[in-house]
Amino acid sequence: MAVPKFRTSKARTRRRRSVNMKLTVPTIVQCGNCGNPVLLHRVCPKCGFYRGKQIFSPESK
Amino acid sequence: MKHKIGFNKLNRVSAHRKALIKNMMTVLFKHERIETTHAKAVETRRAAEKMITRAKVGSVHNRRIAARKIQDEAVLNKLFTEIGPRFKDRAGGYTRILRIGNRAQDAADMVILELVDQKVEEKKAERNKRKAEKKAKEAKKAE
Repeated sequence: MAVPKFRTSKARTRRRRSVNMKLTVPTIVQCGNCGNPVLLHRVCPKCGFYRGKQIFSPESK
Repeated sequence: MKHKIGFNKLNRVSAHRKALIKNMMTVLFKHERIETTHAKAVETRRAAEKMITRAKVGSVHNRRIAARKIQDEAVLNKLFTEIGPRFKDRAGGYTRILRIGNRAQDAADMVILELVDQKVEEKKAERNKRKAEKKAKEAKKAE
């Protein structure tokens, strides 16, 4: 039966696993109304605007 | 072949899921705007759009089919007399989902699900007017 000749080093193991461990940074854009940093495709939590429209008024939140 | 045609089971058994969507739909037609999670909103929208399409043609048959899902008579009435005619010229796409960020406790993706011709400011003005009227009435009573 075929048997590994060498033990897999820590570096090799980790290099292999690291491919699926990449972290992603969320895209942050500036709110078109108040300039507050917001996540893409989300209503601005600070002013309640999305795509130039008032979705909710911030004082009610 | 039924490939890539699916739906979200929402981690519920079918009876539970049916009841949930029924309730969500009723509330959506009642208030025209609800806050919920993204997954629930997508499933509710799927059912609600079909209901509105039926409501555009107010036949007895359509009404009976809608009544299976919407068991609040007032809401059913509103659907057929108010919401249906309002969307007469729109061929689908009656609802809108707006993402509002993650919930504080469990980081669930929260959204606002609303009927597209919702006018927030007008509604607010209406509500404030009603409130003012109520207050005026109470003040009168106090006198």
